[in-house]
Amino acid sequence: MEARFTRGKSAILERPLSRPKTEVSVSAFALLFSEVVQYCQSRVYSVSELQARLAELGQRVGASLLDVLVLREKNGKRETKVLNILLFIKVSVWRSLFGKEADKLEQANDDDKTYYIIEKEPLVNTYISVPKENSTLNCAAFTGGIIEAILTHSGFPAKVTVHWHKGTTLMIKFDEAVITRDKVLEGR
Amino acid sequence: MSRQANRATDSKKMNSELFTLTYGALVTQLCKDYENDEEVNKQLDKMGYNIGVRLIEDFLARSSIGRCQDFRETADVIAKVAFKMYLGITPSVTNWSPAGDEFSLILENNPLVDFVELPDNHSTLIYSNLLCGVLRGALEMVQMAVDVKFAQDTLRGDSVTEIRMKFIKRIEENLPAGDE
Repeated sequence: MEARFTRGKSAILERPLSRPKTEVSVSAFALLFSEVVQYCQSRVYSVSELQARLAELGQRVGASLLDVLVLREKNGKRETKVLNILLFIKVSVWRSLFGKEADKLEQANDDDKTYYIIEKEPLVNTYISVPKENSTLNCAAFTGGIIEAILTHSGFPAKVTVHWHKGTTLMIKFDEAVITRDKVLEGR
Repeated sequence: MSRQANRATDSKKMNSELFTLTYGALVTQLCKDYENDEEVNKQLDKMGYNIGVRLIEDFLARSSIGRCQDFRETADVIAKVAFKMYLGITPSVTNWSPAGDEFSLILENNPLVDFVELPDNHSTLIYSNLLCGVLRGALEMVQMAVDVKFAQDTLRGDSVTEIRMKFIKRIEENLPAGDE
C-alpha cells in the first residue's frame, strides 16, 4: 500500500467537511493577494494577460471549492437550471467567500445568454489602487475565474469577464447549448 | 495598505478558506513556473518577505505594542498577538536554546495547509515557506535579523508543524538615503 495511506499523512481525509469556524484577517488576505497580483504582473506584458493569469488562478480556487460548497449548502444536490445556479453563486458562493451576498444579479435586456453579477466594492479590490496608465485593470478577474470554474464544472459552461461598471460587474456569457437546454427543461 | 479611515483597532475577519485556496493556487502556479522545488521555496520566501515588510506597519498600528525588551518577549508577541491577529491561531513557543537566542513555534493548525497534500514528486517543497519570509521581513523592519526555517511539517508526515527561529543580530539603525 502507498505510504501515505499507512503513515497517517492523509489525516486530511479524516476531517469533517462541515463548515469550519476558522477565520483569518482581511489584512492577511489583502497582503497575500497583493503578492499574487505582483507575481502575475512580473510575468506578463499587458493588462489583458495579467487578468487572464489572475482568472486562471481563480479557476483553481473555484474548482476546489465547488464540491465542498454543494455538499455543505445544498446537501449534495446539484442545480440543473440556469437561474438556480446563478442564485447559488449570488447567495451561497458569495457568502462563503466574502461573508455576504453579491449586490446584484441581472440579466441583459437584449441577450438571453448574458447575465451580470454586480458588486459595488469587491473584497479583492478593497486594498488595490489601479494605476492611471492601466485604468482598465480590474483584479476581480480573480473572482471571475472562480465563478467561471464553478459554472463550468457544474455543467454550465460559460465565459466570465470583468468590467468597471457600477463598481465591478462580472459578465457571464453562457454557451448557446446551456440556454437551449434550459429552454427544453422549461418546456417540460 | 489599509487607509486611515478603515484602520479599525480590531481587524476585519474573513473565512479562511478563500485565503487558503488562494495560497494553494499561488503555490500551484509557482510549481508550474519554476523547474524545481528549491526555486519555488526561494520564491515563496521572497514573497513572504515582501509581505512581512508591509505587514509590520499594519501590525504595530493595530496592536499598539511597543518595543520588546528581549527576544523572549518578541517570541510571545509573535505567537500570541501576531499569529492570532492574522491567521487566527496561537502557536506555542517552546524549545528555547540555553542561550535564549533560538526557539520553536509549534503550529497545531496551519491554515495554509487545509485541503493540501504533497504529491510524491514534490517531496522537497516547503509548502508554507511564505511564513518564514513573513517573519523574517517583519522582524527586519524592527531591527532584528533572524533566521527562520521549517523544522517539521505535518505535510511531510511529521506530527506537528514547527518553525525554528534564530536571532542573528540587532540591525543598526541606518535611515535609508533620502528618508527623513
